Amino acid sequence: MADPTPPVPEPGTNMGKALPRYEARAKVTGAPLYADDMPLPNPATALFVTSGIAKGSITSIDTSEAAGLPGVLKVYTHENAPSRQDLRHFMKGGYVADSVMPLAGPNIVNDGEIVAVVVAEDLATARDAAHRLKISYQAEQPATTFGSAGAEEKQITAGKHDVGDFDAAYGSAPVTLDVEYETPTMHHNPMELFSTAAAWDGDNLVIHEPSQFVWQLKNGAAETLGVDAAKVEVKNPFVGGAFGSKGIMTQRTGLIAAIARDLRRPVKNVVMRDQGYTLATYRAETRHRIRMGAESNGKLVALSHEGSEVTSRQDDYFVAGTTATAEMYACPNIRTGVSLVKADRNTPGFMRSPPETPYMYALESAMDEMAEKLGIDPVEFRRINDTQTSPTTGAPYTSRSLMECYDEAASSFGWSKRNPQPMSMAQDDWLIGYGCATACYPTNMMPATARIVLTPEGRAEVLIAAHDVGTGAYTVMQQIAADELGIDPAAITVRMGDTTLPPGPVSGGSMTTASAGSAVKAACEKVRQRFGGTVPAVDDMSAAFRKLGSNRIEEYAEWAPPGSGEDAIKALYKGKFGGGGGDEPKPLMYAFGAEFVEVRVHRLTREIRVPRMTGAFAAGRIVNPRTARSQYLGGMIWGLGQALLEKTELDLLRARYINDNIAEYLVAVNADVPEVDIIMVPEVDNQVNSLGVKGIGEVSNVGTAAAIANAVYHATGRRIRELPVTMDKLL
Amino acid sequence: MRPFDYETPQDAAQAVALSEAAAQSHVGSPVQYIGGGTTLLDLMKLGVMRPERVVAIDGIGGDSLNAVKKTDQGLHIGALVSMAELADNGMIERDYPVLRDALWKAASPQIRNMARLGGNVLQRTRCPYFRDTTYDQCNKRVPGSGCAALDGFNRLHAVLGTSGSCIATYAGDWAQALVALDASVSVLGPDGPRVLPFSGLHRLPSDAPHIETTLKPGELITGFTIPDGPWPRSTYVKVRDRESYAFANASAAVALEMEGDIATDVRIALGGLATVPWRASKAEAQLRGRPLGEAAMEAAAEAEFADAVTHEHNAFKVPLGKATLVRALTEAKAMEI
Ligand SMILES: Cc1cc2nc3c(=O)[nH]c(=O)nc-3n(C[C@H](O)[C@H](O)[C@H](O)COP(=O)(O)OP(=O)(O)OC[C@H]3O[C@@H](n4cnc5c(N)ncnc54)[C@H](O)[C@@H]3O)c2cc1C
Ligand code: SF4
Repeated sequence: MADPTPPVPEPGTNMGKALPRYEARAKVTGAPLYADDMPLPNPATALFVTSGIAKGSITSIDTSEAAGLPGVLKVYTHENAPSRQDLRHFMKGGYVADSVMPLAGPNIVNDGEIVAVVVAEDLATARDAAHRLKISYQAEQPATTFGSAGAEEKQITAGKHDVGDFDAAYGSAPVTLDVEYETPTMHHNPMELFSTAAAWDGDNLVIHEPSQFVWQLKNGAAETLGVDAAKVEVKNPFVGGAFGSKGIMTQRTGLIAAIARDLRRPVKNVVMRDQGYTLATYRAETRHRIRMGAESNGKLVALSHEGSEVTSRQDDYFVAGTTATAEMYACPNIRTGVSLVKADRNTPGFMRSPPETPYMYALESAMDEMAEKLGIDPVEFRRINDTQTSPTTGAPYTSRSLMECYDEAASSFGWSKRNPQPMSMAQDDWLIGYGCATACYPTNMMPATARIVLTPEGRAEVLIAAHDVGTGAYTVMQQIAADELGIDPAAITVRMGDTTLPPGPVSGGSMTTASAGSAVKAACEKVRQRFGGTVPAVDDMSAAFRKLGSNRIEEYAEWAPPGSGEDAIKALYKGKFGGGGGDEPKPLMYAFGAEFVEVRVHRLTREIRVPRMTGAFAAGRIVNPRTARSQYLGGMIWGLGQALLEKTELDLLRARYINDNIAEYLVAVNADVPEVDIIMVPEVDNQVNSLGVKGIGEVSNVGTAAAIANAVYHATGRRIRELPVTMDKLL
Repeated sequence: MRPFDYETPQDAAQAVALSEAAAQSHVGSPVQYIGGGTTLLDLMKLGVMRPERVVAIDGIGGDSLNAVKKTDQGLHIGALVSMAELADNGMIERDYPVLRDALWKAASPQIRNMARLGGNVLQRTRCPYFRDTTYDQCNKRVPGSGCAALDGFNRLHAVLGTSGSCIATYAGDWAQALVALDASVSVLGPDGPRVLPFSGLHRLPSDAPHIETTLKPGELITGFTIPDGPWPRSTYVKVRDRESYAFANASAAVALEMEGDIATDVRIALGGLATVPWRASKAEAQLRGRPLGEAAMEAAAEAEFADAVTHEHNAFKVPLGKATLVRALTEAKAMEI
């Protein structure tokens, strides 16, 4: 049998070693303990019961039958819930992803809100009891989404750009385009379910919960529980997938911990798959209107992108991705803006490349439509409008290798074989289409701290409460430390995901490598200083330690991106995003990519299949091309899902999620995943940070949906401007 | 999940004896058989089914429930044969490809390993309002409560065989192959054994969607018989949004006998489109004994869907169903046998 594992990528210029994953063996042998696996003495099991209406109030809950079942410890409702302090939404400087506190009263503000918690000796008993609750509601008509009666529209300032005179330029442009796009509701569905386990020991609390930001969880839990944050520990060394859904604390943590305090017993809760749709965040549906004007030579003269996003009544979460689209192509007249539609829904939140996924889908689809109108090849159209400076401020990009990505990907893909005429390529009963699109993602960074311990045996430990959500962060931290200390990576252990360690960044915004890596590098530099600049070779290590009169060297370092405020590190210790600041215009820092796909659409039944995809990406220094390749691969595969499969269906009348399980919420499976060719285009960028790293976790799922939709047009002659592109839209 | 008694009978007679109960319907009985449990356990966890006693039949030995063999009456398939086992059977692959295709395109390898064919044909609808007890309206789950799908989300609901009470799709795949091949089903009940045509097993929803089959409470399906064959020119086309591990948006089981260009025998059943495994008799009647060209196929498909009833989100199933039917006929016709 052919070896199914892909070849280990050869490191190119400005790339580190393709080391295997730090925890690979442990993971494939099932050794790691995930949050819900953590042993606790005699835990009780809590099960949430969630509302069956999206708006209204509870008129009565009869818990008597449930509470009377043997094995049931207590049933909590809004009538007897333990009290907690209110938490503010994180976009208002608070800690939570959704500011509505569960069990605070009888009102229901969205589908699937927690209306009761059954605590029992075991899950089966809890589940039985849950079905014996008798809940009556006074239901009101909810507003579900765009266009629903009662939904309120609200303009926001984020995402607003106004350069030149769009109206005039658009009005006089020889070639114009005016199109609208839609993206659907999506849920993360990480393999590992959401869970919380809380155990008190006197005043001290230990929480096990999969989290992309343990220091935030620690501080947020302390705030809602009214205890000193120093007494709260969060431990979860491994996260089984997150994609943003475990990035911001939710109200569940405080509720479970408060129940554990009330019962004086450790309590474990797992959020059932369907409950995760309403008790965690999601990517809200968006709408876009794009207007473009161009000269007949292909030069863009006018660009307008108006976005609209759904959010909840309670919180103004937004992604405002026009900030990315306004920076993409040279254009003298740009106007963008974003509005929110507030509906009776749970609050949306971060999901892999939150702003870019929907907004770049719209822009890159429009770019394809405009290229066709102009009769210019889509790749050449991007080249004509490529820029090395910001179209909004004139500030330079620190580096932008977009066209290098296009050229490498196009050549490897065989773009030149494309007949530009739609519906011109076919094989047997399958119509063939080629499409391409740009991927981009900003280089984000936030403050981080790290500690390095070195022993006379030449072994080192990297201690940082950063997080590995399956990305390879353990491996990359090990590698950065190995490079900085000049010792064998195998001699380095890495500990993460634990608030007894110095705080690292949120595992989001593709910033772990740059931010945590910079803190690790800074701590390693301090270790080197102890030896006068170079860590001695292993054989000389114990002698060097003796000379220093020490048998353990420990260095702690703090790092913050340039322009961070003075309080950045303090804010980090408080579990805030912090950082930021600095003067505009800053240089633009972005990773780029170009994605090419081939699609096949069945002549009769219109199924859409993707036999191959090629992506080329440039993102500064690549610390580990093996784990990087996995990130790019996973991103493009997810992009394929976004193009063709993923959509949380809404019951428009009832404002409820319909396909809230992984049988019917479709994500790509092996059979959908084609040949994926990943090209890492070497790029050196010494301005972004001293590691030269831009971050790669999110860029590659940005261009895929547009590339596929563009290819479907090429195959069929039909523009589907609403994701996902499914067969029903092509019949 | 509610506590329940779990019984492990040694033979079919014991299983049936353990399953006697007063009930309105087979599926509504407080005693339920469990084969692979891939339908039953899900629905028990969701609180949709709440049997008091569960009778495990997977350990029952003996040929009639476990064998796959050719007999004088035709091809016999035991009800306890797993989906995977039948799909892997070389004789089936050669002589009855439609039986195999309908299985390996269903569910996932893990589910196919667990699931038995008796339970497979009795799998229940995936209608989201049926599977979630927080919805008040579902005539199938709570008779007389209404149907949330009518004004709710109904992209995956049926367009054939619906009623004003229920438009839930029969979600399974394999039953289409059986109904196309005129299979019969053998049953053992408190009153002894009986045989009924497979096409008579599932009931249209009419005004009682909660009564899903013509089985009496406690009856045990012991096997299936396919009267004639082999059907080497047969296939199952399953059209779905995702390439694998998804229910059909539309499917067609087709078996043909051809003499030159003439279809001397045509068997068609449709899945993903109807409330029950749907024998496309109108289409068959138009095609039988005639040259099988694309125009004739299209006309036959047109006839089959003439009475289709669509709702807000599922109108696409009419053109899709027709296209699927045409495609399956085309592919069966082109098979090299
Ligand atoms: C995620 C998922 C995806 C799926 N995808 C598909 C798909 O694509 N296509 C498809 O066709 N199916 C699909 N299925 C359904 C699956 O094929 C069925 O659940 C399975 O075949 C049922 O067989 P079982 O032995 O597990 O039945 P069980 O769950 O054991 O039983 C089902 C019902 O039948 C009754 N029963 C079982 N055996 C007998 C018998 N011998 N006599 C009388 N009554 C009996 C039980 O009491 C129960 O009510 C999917 C299921 C899941 C969970
Ligand atoms: S379609 Fe049938 S199963 Fe679905 S809600 Fe209506 S009655 Fe219930």
